Amino acid sequence: MSLNIKEIRKDFPILERETRPGVRVTYLDSTATSQKPVQVIEAMNDYYRHSNANIHRGVHTLAEEATSMYEGAREKIAKFVNASSSREIIYTRNTTESINLVAYSWARANLKAGDLVILTEMEHHSNLVPWQMLQAERSIELDFISVTEDGLLDLETYKSLLSRRPKLVSFTHMSNVLGTINPAAEIIRLGHEVGAIVLVDGAQSVPHLSVDVQALDADFYAFSAHKMCGPTGIGALYGKSALLEAMPPFLGGGDMIKEVKLRSFRANSLPHKFEAGTPAIAEAIGFGAAVDYLSALGMDNVAAHEHEITEYALERLEEIPGVKLFGPSADKKGGVAAFTLEGVHPHDVAQILDRDGIAVRAGHHCAQPLHEKFGIPATSRASFYLYNTKEEVDLLVNGLYKVKEMFG
Amino acid sequence: MDDLYREVIIEHYKNPSYRGKLDPHDISFADNNPLCGDHIQVDLRVDTNNVVTEARFDGHGCAISQASADLLMEFVIGKPLDELKKLNKQDILDMLGIDLGPVRLKCALLSLKVLKAGVYGLGEASDELVE
Repeated sequence: MSLNIKEIRKDFPILERETRPGVRVTYLDSTATSQKPVQVIEAMNDYYRHSNANIHRGVHTLAEEATSMYEGAREKIAKFVNASSSREIIYTRNTTESINLVAYSWARANLKAGDLVILTEMEHHSNLVPWQMLQAERSIELDFISVTEDGLLDLETYKSLLSRRPKLVSFTHMSNVLGTINPAAEIIRLGHEVGAIVLVDGAQSVPHLSVDVQALDADFYAFSAHKMCGPTGIGALYGKSALLEAMPPFLGGGDMIKEVKLRSFRANSLPHKFEAGTPAIAEAIGFGAAVDYLSALGMDNVAAHEHEITEYALERLEEIPGVKLFGPSADKKGGVAAFTLEGVHPHDVAQILDRDGIAVRAGHHCAQPLHEKFGIPATSRASFYLYNTKEEVDLLVNGLYKVKEMFG
Repeated sequence: MDDLYREVIIEHYKNPSYRGKLDPHDISFADNNPLCGDHIQVDLRVDTNNVVTEARFDGHGCAISQASADLLMEFVIGKPLDELKKLNKQDILDMLGIDLGPVRLKCALLSLKVLKAGVYGLGEASDELVE
């Protein structure tokens, strides 16, 4: 089934917005954060208007409603990524916090000096820095699967790293710069063969692809609501229940305990063991509404639409003299087009495009080592989601010709 | 907005007059804009009265950061160091002849930040130098 983009766009009121008089926004920055449909905005609004109360333990009507909405959203999220139980879905603030949870709780309980953690050269800073911090504290070793010239992971370097018996492999399912969709199932299988635990950064994959954590056999899988039509401030960590059960708590406080004495506590059961303090309740409910929205459209349809737009965008961008694209061909990537324009700094590209209402991102996109690898300080990045059209790609291309003219 | 890419800015970006390094130099300092990875180094030579005799900048970055660095080098030659310590955000905006939002302001002020950190002999450049 192909999506009716005209109808979908009506769900996103912000897409009608003018960024200056007579100039409607062309939003090509969904990889940074997606726009939100009215269904999500209304779900959070409705919670605050009708059901606001703190969750758990309250016995009054509002508290019960709030609790069932909050926990109901967890059920939806679990189903969306095919977790075997909602106990395996831990609410966090975002993907970054999910990865940090694993680094603080699992890794500090399981890694010792000299243990090897394998990452890749295409990681977002959020899947580099937590491990560098752990390295400073624990003297673990870090090594990296290299990235090929055309933006793919070099699985041969991975295989040779595996002979050093890593304890953990942590990699991105889809690159936020190159758009590369990595062969997650194979990377996980190979990691498991040498006994490693495998964590997947799913910040870009869950919004754009159909993800099945059980089929992938991922041990941990991290993602954020705000890149998938949901609000900021809420994300999730999926973990296999046996692993989560064995892990020490992360943050301490209310809600994560079964019993507290002056000098001791007993931790709560899953998933609450990892959720200390009053959480982002409205945001969790919004997350659930986002999952409902995407489920109704069908993730395979979303992916197919994005593929069509990306293929068209790469083709049109390639035509422009002086444009250099980064990353693999359209069949191996999601809706991301990172590029440089000869003689013009990406910041200037973004700024001039903004005059025509075109929103793209410029910089290193929180992947500085990857940019260093390609020998460039920064790129411009256009990214596409379910509401983007070929007409918007045309606007981008026309805008880039204007930039060239100015710097000509 | 069109003003942001005034011809003078594009011209200074494409054909800077003061790009390069000074060796030897009396003052040299470099810093990055962590937001976009822009990098600027400023080298100065001063005479016995602490008046700038030569100035050069080097590095890479957007049109705004490079043009403002070039304009700043032009401005500082012949000025005493004490006067450079007084330069602030508005002076740079006046040189560029434009107004800037908070994000691009950082690009425009990078060269001044580097210059002042060098003049003061500081270990690192802080945003407070150009407030």
